[in-house]
Amino acid sequence: MSEVPAELRYTKTHEWVKDNGDGTLTVGITDHAQEALGDIVFVEPPEVGRAIAAEEASAVVESVKAASDIYAPLAGEIVETNATLTDAPETINTSPYEDGWIFRFAPADPSAYHNLLDAATYEQAVEDEDD
Amino acid sequence: MGLRTPLYPEHERLGARLVPFGGWDMPLHYGSQLEEHHAVRRAAGMFDVSHMQPVDIAGADAESYLRHLLANDVAKLKAPGKALYSCMLNARGGVVDDLIVYAREPGRYRAVVNAATADKDIAWMQRHAAGFEVEIDRRSDLAMIAVQGPEARQRAAALLPADLREAAMQLQPFFAADGERWFVGRTGYTGEDGFEIMLPADEAAGLWRSLNAAGVQPCGLGARDTLRLEAGMNLYGQDMDEDIGPLESGLGWTLAWEPAEREFIGREALTQQRDAGNHGVFVGLLLTGRGVIRNHQRVLCDGRAVGEVTSGGFSPTLERSIALARVEPGIADSCDIEIRGKAVPARVVQPPFVRHGKARIAL
Repeated sequence: MSEVPAELRYTKTHEWVKDNGDGTLTVGITDHAQEALGDIVFVEPPEVGRAIAAEEASAVVESVKAASDIYAPLAGEIVETNATLTDAPETINTSPYEDGWIFRFAPADPSAYHNLLDAATYEQAVEDEDD
Repeated sequence: MGLRTPLYPEHERLGARLVPFGGWDMPLHYGSQLEEHHAVRRAAGMFDVSHMQPVDIAGADAESYLRHLLANDVAKLKAPGKALYSCMLNARGGVVDDLIVYAREPGRYRAVVNAATADKDIAWMQRHAAGFEVEIDRRSDLAMIAVQGPEARQRAAALLPADLREAAMQLQPFFAADGERWFVGRTGYTGEDGFEIMLPADEAAGLWRSLNAAGVQPCGLGARDTLRLEAGMNLYGQDMDEDIGPLESGLGWTLAWEPAEREFIGREALTQQRDAGNHGVFVGLLLTGRGVIRNHQRVLCDGRAVGEVTSGGFSPTLERSIALARVEPGIADSCDIEIRGKAVPARVVQPPFVRHGKARIAL
C-alpha cells in the first residue's frame, strides 16, 4: 500500500493538496499516482499568473510510458511552479509529497479546500479502483 | 485474463507490474523501467519473450517455399545456423508480420514470429504451403529468454548445456547454435550483444533464476520498447502493418530484389510502388525542444503537416526524446512535432540512435 499522509487533502484524479496557511495551496501527485506512472522524465508546468478552473488540465507529467494531465483541484490562480522539476523531473518519483510538488495556487474560494477528499476517503477510492 | 508464459510465476515473485500485451499477461517492469534499460546498455538484462512464437518449417521444398513466402531471400543462408530478418508480405505489399528465420540444416528452418500475430501468421503460412512439400510446426512447447547487454553472453555461458556452450560462445552475430532441445541465437532486439535462448518450457524457470543469480537484471516490455527504439528497430503494428509496407517503414534493406526471377508474395505491388517512387519515407527524429514525442503526433514543416510519428518516446541513454516517423520524401533537416497543440522543434536524423551503449547521432 502506498503512502497517504493524513494532513493532506486529495482528488479522485490522484492529486494531493496542501494548505500552506497563507491563502495558497500546493499541488502534487500522490505516491500511488507516481508509482502507477513509472519513471517520470518530463514535467510541463502551468504558467505563473494563469487562471485555472476546477478540474481543468493544468500541467502535464510525462513518464517513460505516457503523458498524464494534472488537474486543478479548485479554481484559482497559479502563483508558483516547482523549478526543480525542470532538470530533475524524477523528484516526483523519489519525493512525491515534499520536493516533488508541482505548483502552488491561490484558490478563488479558500473554504472549498475542505470539500476535497480527506486521506481516509482517498485511500478507500484507491482501493476501490484496484478491485 | 490473458495467456501466461511458463515464467509467469517468476514475474509475480519478482513483483512485476503485469499488463496485457498481444493476448498475453506480460511484465511491463519490475520496479524501474529506466534502471532495466540501463542494465542492458551497461551490463546484462533478461526478457521473457516466450510469448513470441517459434515455428519450425521442414521438408523437401522448405527452401523454395520460404523463397516464395518471404520478401528477403533464404537462399542467402548458406551456412547452418545463419539468421535472416525478413518481412512476410501480403499481395498488396503490406506486412503480414516481420520475423527472424534461422537455417538449421538443408530443408530445415526455424522462424520466430510476433505474439499478437502468431495465429494469423501460421494460418497464412499454412495457406501458402499448398503445392509445396513442407511441414509447418508451431512450437508451443518452447519458452524463450533473451539475455542482452555487453556482459550478457559471459554471464549466460556457464548456464548453457555443456554440449552447446562452446558452440554458443563461438557464434558470430546473427548465427545460432542448434542443440535440438535448446537453441541459442546471437540475436536480439536491443542494439546490444547477447543471446536469444529457446528451450523446453519446463526448463525456463530454472534458467531464469540462475541468470538472475548471476546478476542479470529482469527487464519488462517497457525497457524492451525504449531499447529497440534507440536501436532504430521497427515494431510490428506501429511502424508497419498490413497497409504500410517495407518501403515506407525503413525496411527496404530487407527486400531481396535479386534474383529478378524469384516470385515472392507482394513483389509485384512493391515493384510498382518502388517505380512510382512517391511513397512516404521513414526517418528518425531527435526532439531539440522540451517534451516527449508520442505515437501519432504530427510532423510539421513550416507549419504544414508532412508526416506522422509511428514510434515516439524518451531515450534513457540520450536523455532526450526520440522517434521514428513516416514523412513526405524530401523534407528539410529540421521540422517541428505537434505536441499538445504546440510546435516543438526537432531534427531529422538517421537511425539507429544508440548501438552498443554509445550514441550514434550528434546531440
